[in-house]
Amino acid sequence: MKKLLKHRELLLVGIIAIMVAGFATRAPGFATPGNLANIFNDTSILIILALGQMTVILTKSIDLSVAANLAFTGMAVAMMDAAFPGLPLALLVILAVGIGAALGAINGVLVWWLRIPPIVVTLGTLTIYRGMAFVLSGGAWVNSHQMTPGFLNFPRLPVLGMPLLSWMAIAIVLMMWVVLTRTQFGRATYASGGNPTAAVYAGIDIGRTRFFAFTLSGALAGLAGYLWVSRYAVAYVDVAAGFELDTVAACVIGGISIAGGIGSVAGAVLGALFLGVIKNALPVIGISPFAQMAISGIVIVAAVVFNARAERKAGRIILRDRGAKEVSA
Amino acid sequence: MSDNRDMTAETRTRSAIPDRLGTPMSRLLGSWEVLLFGVAVAIFIANSLASPYFLNAWNLSDATFNFTEKAMIAFAMAMLIIVGEIDLSVAAIIALASTAMGAAAQMGIGAPGLVAVGVSVGLVCGAINGTLVSVLKLPSIVVTIGTMSLFRGISYITLGDQAYGKYPADFAYFGQGYVFWVFSFEFVLFIVLAIIFGIVLHATNFGRQVFVIGNNEFAARFSGIPVERIKFKLFLLTGLMSGIAAVCLTSRLGSTRPSIAQGWELEIVTMVVLGGVSILGGAGTIAGVVIAAFVMGLVTFGLGLLNVPGIVMSIFVGLLLIITIALPIVVRRIKFMSTK
Repeated sequence: MKKLLKHRELLLVGIIAIMVAGFATRAPGFATPGNLANIFNDTSILIILALGQMTVILTKSIDLSVAANLAFTGMAVAMMDAAFPGLPLALLVILAVGIGAALGAINGVLVWWLRIPPIVVTLGTLTIYRGMAFVLSGGAWVNSHQMTPGFLNFPRLPVLGMPLLSWMAIAIVLMMWVVLTRTQFGRATYASGGNPTAAVYAGIDIGRTRFFAFTLSGALAGLAGYLWVSRYAVAYVDVAAGFELDTVAACVIGGISIAGGIGSVAGAVLGALFLGVIKNALPVIGISPFAQMAISGIVIVAAVVFNARAERKAGRIILRDRGAKEVSA
Repeated sequence: MSDNRDMTAETRTRSAIPDRLGTPMSRLLGSWEVLLFGVAVAIFIANSLASPYFLNAWNLSDATFNFTEKAMIAFAMAMLIIVGEIDLSVAAIIALASTAMGAAAQMGIGAPGLVAVGVSVGLVCGAINGTLVSVLKLPSIVVTIGTMSLFRGISYITLGDQAYGKYPADFAYFGQGYVFWVFSFEFVLFIVLAIIFGIVLHATNFGRQVFVIGNNEFAARFSGIPVERIKFKLFLLTGLMSGIAAVCLTSRLGSTRPSIAQGWELEIVTMVVLGGVSILGGAGTIAGVVIAAFVMGLVTFGLGLLNVPGIVMSIFVGLLLIITIALPIVVRRIKFMSTK
């Protein structure tokens, strides 16, 4: 299993490298280190969100409310900064993470205590959170001149040649790698998605694990909310509309099984970078930005087909396959 | 037939829908619909008290446009959810079908041709989803997230930030015409489709097989039900209904943008779940979906009359979805605690 995963991440690295090389032939300068660093910086928020989404998907759940959570939290901290310019930035960032975690915890409680299917819970909270962002702001925008310079410039501060936003993404990638591979919670996450029955026998509380996964995903969405608003220097209700699907797409492309229990941090990061490279390349090679949606759709479907094959080869779901063959024969 | 029935009874005791355990199916289901009907009546009364403009035959007729198109898709979606799958690409199919009709209208094709274009685009999209799910055996939730972005993406490539207008005059009938007095073409179509779907799901072999698969796919396979073929047919049916809804919506609006029907997939799933269809599959009725359509239509129309903005209405829809699912679970918990 591990060999297969290693293999697939290398494959993804290869595909991304070929893509970059291909785009570079059409647009010289695309493959320069400076531009690649830009693409990474551009993809940082998606990477952060994809890692949260991945944790949730590993437990056999899905979190469709991340983008709405991001919009609400981003709006909340932007309004606070505009109303009280004296608030220290650290407090606002902590607040963003806290609000995000609280919204994620609401999803988690509904999934844990009431055992409502995660897709239903997060479809519901998706509209509720975005609606709350509207109620909070009254539909008004928070523009760059209303926010303090410190609040806006923080993700752009250059540290060792890269913006702080990129460094934060790198820090979170490392943190998530430690959490998922070196802690009890990480083990419980894989176990409760990979084989829920065995996990229960091993003494793992699946509901509680899911609750923490949703809370973690919410906290990362909250952080991303602050980063998004400060990076684009504007907060409005429709911020990041539909972005939840990009996070799911990044996970699926990165080989995280939607059935839970399979996937790695490196996969999710590479999946996000894959989308980031395409997004940044389209305007460079002269394809209409309107084509991006259709392309990511095709990529998602192709990745699902590919994943299903890889998983089937690993010898899972034997009986269902046999049954299916009998029926189709 | 009797074999199937025995099997559902047996598997039901093991299935994950304990709120329907041990009591006669019909009675409990009936009570959900009665409860929902009560909610609909309460909202109706609250609306007529809250706004003096509510109780007017033409006004109420206008209100039906809020849900008829969504409800047409909801009938097919209900069967799909009962069988244990889901289709999140329905709104994107509307967008693609509407774009195709718009392009056809620019080429001077008449109303019957436009309907044929819309319906066939719906069928093709449904067939794509069905092939991916039942032939390649992929999880429908990810597949339809992918095709959702693909179908709407094609619509964006075609239209960009433009819009199609200029539909032929007789095409307007499907969304704006009236069959008799205040009864619009859409409303009559909605009623006819409700009856057809009710019969198909509750009184045919096919409908019975849908329930069997939803309750226990393994058992269904071993009793010789063509699981994959039925799933394929249901995706095709959902595509077809999305195509029909696209005809009605395009005709009603008289123009097409790529963002048409954005977010409808959520409202349609909400309608189905609110109607008492179990999201885990295996249980539900068309009557429930019909009442849920009225409830959602009345809520949004009533709030609209009170000048509540659309995005705030969506909070109510989200709350409605979570509360209607959570309520029976909480009640069951309390009952369980008290018997203990």
